[in-house]
Amino acid sequence: MRISRRILAGLATASLAVTATSCGGGGTSGSFDDTVTVGILHSLSGTMAISESTLVDTEKMAIEEINAAGGVTVGGKSYKIEYIVEDGASDWPTFAEKSKKLIDQDGVPVVFGGWTSASRKAMLPVYESKDAFLYYPIQYEAQECSNNIFYTGATPNQQSEPATDFMYKRSPAAGGDFFLVGSDYVFPRTSNTITKAQVKQLGGKVVGEDYLPLGNTEVAPIISKIKKALPEGGIIINTLNGDQNVAFFKQIQDAGITPSSGYYVMNYSIAEEEISTIGPEFLEGHYGAWNYMMSIDTPASKKFAASFKKRWGADRVVADPQESAYNMVYLWKQAVEDAGTFDDNAVREALVGQKFDAPQGPVEVMPNHHLSQTVRIGEINAEGGFTILEETGVVLPQAWNQKHPSSKGFACDWTDPSKGEKYKL
Amino acid sequence: MELLLDSLFNGVAIGSVLLVAALGLAIVFGLMGVINLAHGELMMLGAYTTYVTQLIFKLPILKPFYNSYIIVSIFLAFIVSGVVGILLEKTIIRKLYGSPLETLLATWGVSLILQQFVRSVPLAYGTGLVISLLIGLFLPTTFPSKIKESINLKYFKFSSWIFAALTGVLTGNVISSSVSKLSRASARNVDVTAPSWMRGQVEIIGTAFPKTRLMIIVITLISVIAITLFLNQSAWGMRIRAVTQNRQMSDCLGISTEKVDIITFGIGSGLAGVAGVAVSLLGSVGPNVGGNYIVGCFMVVVLGGVGNLLGTVLASFGIGIMTDLIGAGRLLSIWPDMPLPLSNTINFFATTSMARVMIFALIVIFLQFKPTGLFPQKGRMVEN
Repeated sequence: MRISRRILAGLATASLAVTATSCGGGGTSGSFDDTVTVGILHSLSGTMAISESTLVDTEKMAIEEINAAGGVTVGGKSYKIEYIVEDGASDWPTFAEKSKKLIDQDGVPVVFGGWTSASRKAMLPVYESKDAFLYYPIQYEAQECSNNIFYTGATPNQQSEPATDFMYKRSPAAGGDFFLVGSDYVFPRTSNTITKAQVKQLGGKVVGEDYLPLGNTEVAPIISKIKKALPEGGIIINTLNGDQNVAFFKQIQDAGITPSSGYYVMNYSIAEEEISTIGPEFLEGHYGAWNYMMSIDTPASKKFAASFKKRWGADRVVADPQESAYNMVYLWKQAVEDAGTFDDNAVREALVGQKFDAPQGPVEVMPNHHLSQTVRIGEINAEGGFTILEETGVVLPQAWNQKHPSSKGFACDWTDPSKGEKYKL
Repeated sequence: MELLLDSLFNGVAIGSVLLVAALGLAIVFGLMGVINLAHGELMMLGAYTTYVTQLIFKLPILKPFYNSYIIVSIFLAFIVSGVVGILLEKTIIRKLYGSPLETLLATWGVSLILQQFVRSVPLAYGTGLVISLLIGLFLPTTFPSKIKESINLKYFKFSSWIFAALTGVLTGNVISSSVSKLSRASARNVDVTAPSWMRGQVEIIGTAFPKTRLMIIVITLISVIAITLFLNQSAWGMRIRAVTQNRQMSDCLGISTEKVDIITFGIGSGLAGVAGVAVSLLGSVGPNVGGNYIVGCFMVVVLGGVGNLLGTVLASFGIGIMTDLIGAGRLLSIWPDMPLPLSNTINFFATTSMARVMIFALIVIFLQFKPTGLFPQKGRMVEN
C-alpha cells in the first residue's frame, strides 16, 4: 500500500513536471524589451489530435520565425512572443473551459485555436462574453460571423462553389449527375445544401446524398446507392471526415467506382496530410479544392514547405489548414504592430485591411473577419500531391452564403456599426 | 434476381464484419460473463499486427512472399491479441470475477491504456514487448516437468522472463533499425493495403463482388467453424462448456477452472485479433478503430442471446441484412409502385444515419418482448 502510494505520488509529480515543461514555450534570448504570451488551443489527444497537432507545429514555427526576426514591435518596444499550449482533447466543452483559463488566468491577448466547427461553436460564447479574440484557421461551412472570431480558412464560396463549377463544366465527368457523400455533422450538411442549390442553378441534377454517422466506417449501403443512382459514372462530392475517407476510398475502388470507369470524386476534406494516410493509390485521378496546395510553384510556397520540413522532419508535409494557421499568426503580428497595442478593440480595428504575402499568394482581411483567398482545383497524383489544374483570381469571402436559402441576400461587416453581424444587402 | 443477390451479398458482407468482431466477445461475455470493454482495443492490436506484418514482408528477405502476408497476419494477430488477452486475464480480470461493474470499469481503463500505448510507443518496440510477453508466458510451460521440478520454480520463471525481456529488446531494435516506419511513435492512422490478388472484383452469376468482402466472409466462416469445432469436439471445449454451465461442480470434478478461464479469454481475445485483420482491410488502422465496433459487438451478442454462438451468427447476419435493406432503400426497388406515404417513410430512413437509428429502435423493441435475445440459455444457470 505504502509503495503504491509512493509510486502514485511519483507519477503525479512526474506528470506535473511534464505539463510544466510542455507549457512554457520558446527559449531564452536577450535582445527583447519584454515578452507577450499568446494562447494555442488545439486537440493534442483524442480523435482530432492527428490533424490538430500539425497546426500546433505550424503556429510554433510561425512564432519562432517572428521571434527570430526581432519579435513584435509595439509602441517602440520589442516583444518576444511566448506561448501557452492547451489541449482541447477533442472534447468540445474542454475547448470552452480552456479558453476561459487562457483568457482569465493567463491573460493572453489572443488565442489561436480550434479545428472542428463543434469546437468553435463551443468556444464562441466564451469569447463573446469576455470580449476576447479567437483566431480560427479551418475551412468551414460559414453561416457565422462573430465580432470576436477571426476566420482564416475558406468559406464555401472559396472552396466548394468553384469546385462544383469545375466538376460540372470542365471535369471529365462534365454534365454528369451528382451524388453527395458526407459525414453526419454540420459542415457536410451545410456544404451540401449549398452544392444542391448551385447544381440546380447550373442545370445539373443531384441524384442522391447520404451521410455516414461519425465513427461509422460501414460504407457498403452507400456504395450500392451510388451504383444505383449513377450506373454510368458521374460526379461524387465527398465531405467525409478523417478515417471514414479511408474506408470509403478503399471500398469504392474494390466496387469498381474509379476514375477509369467514369466516377470522379471531388473532395473538400482531403489535403496532402490525408492523401499520405489514405494512400495515393486509392485517390489517384480524383480531385481536391483548396486555397493552398503544397505543389504551388512560388518562392513563398516553397519556402513555407521547406522551413516546415526543416523544423519538424523531412517526411512532414504542409497542407491548407497549416497554411491558414501560419497566416493568422503573421496577420495578428501585423495588426498588433499597426494598432500599437495588444488591446483587443484596437487590434480588431487594425486587423481589417491587413495584407499578407501568404504561401498561397496575397491574402487580405475583409470587414467580415474572413480572408480573401485564391482557390485552386487539383488532381491527386501518384506521388501523393496535387497537380494544380485551375486557379481562380482572389475570391472574396461570404460569411453568409449567397446560395444557401437561409442566408441569401445577407452579409456581415464589422467595420460599420450600423451593419454588424448580419445585414440585408 | 440480381437485385436480391446483390442485397443478400451486401447484407452478408456487413453481417460478417459484425460477426467476426462479435465472435470473440460472444465467447468472453457469453461463456464467462465478463464485460470486456477492451475488446475493441484487442481488435485494434490485431489490425496493427496486420500493418506491422505488411511492413516486415516488404523487407528484401520476405519480399517474394509479400502476397501471402495477409494469411500470415491472421495467425499472428490471433497470437498477439491472445497473448495480451491472457496477460489481461492473469493480472486484472481474474481478480474481478463476479463483479461486473468493476470489470467494466477496469477493462475500460485497459482500453484507454492500450489506445495510448499505440499512440506513444513506436510499433517496433510494441512488437518487441509482445514477443517478450509471448516468451515469458509460454517458455516455462514448454519445458518438461522433470526439469522444472529439479529447479526452484521461482528462479525458473524469473530467468525465463529475463530471457524474454532480452529477446524482446533485441527484436524491437532489429525491427526498428530495419523498418524506419516502425521506429517512431505516431498517433496518425496507418493504412493496410491488401495484396494485389485481393483487390478488385470477381464476377459471380453476372454480379460483381469486391474481393476484400469475400475474403472477410471467408475469414468469418473459418473462424466460426473452427470455434464451433473447438467447443464441441475438443476436450478443452468440453471443459469450457462444463465450467460455463456449473463452475463449482466442474471444479469439484477436477477441471482446472483457472486454466479454463485463461484459455477461454485467450481464445476470445485472439478472435478479436482476427477481426482486427478483417477490419484493417476495410478502413484505416488507428488507435480508435476498435471503439467504432464495440457497440455493434455488444448489440449482436445481446440480440443473439448471451452464451449462444448460433444466436450470435443469426443476429449479425440479421442486422447486416436489415442495415442494407433500410439503409440502401432496397424495398423501393423491390416494390417500385408502393403507396406514396409508405415510400416517403422508407426514403426518409434510407440514409446510413437513419438506418442506424431504425436498427437500434428495432432491437430495443425486440428486446422488450424477448429480453434474453434470440436464443436464451435453456435450463437453470448457477448464478454466483
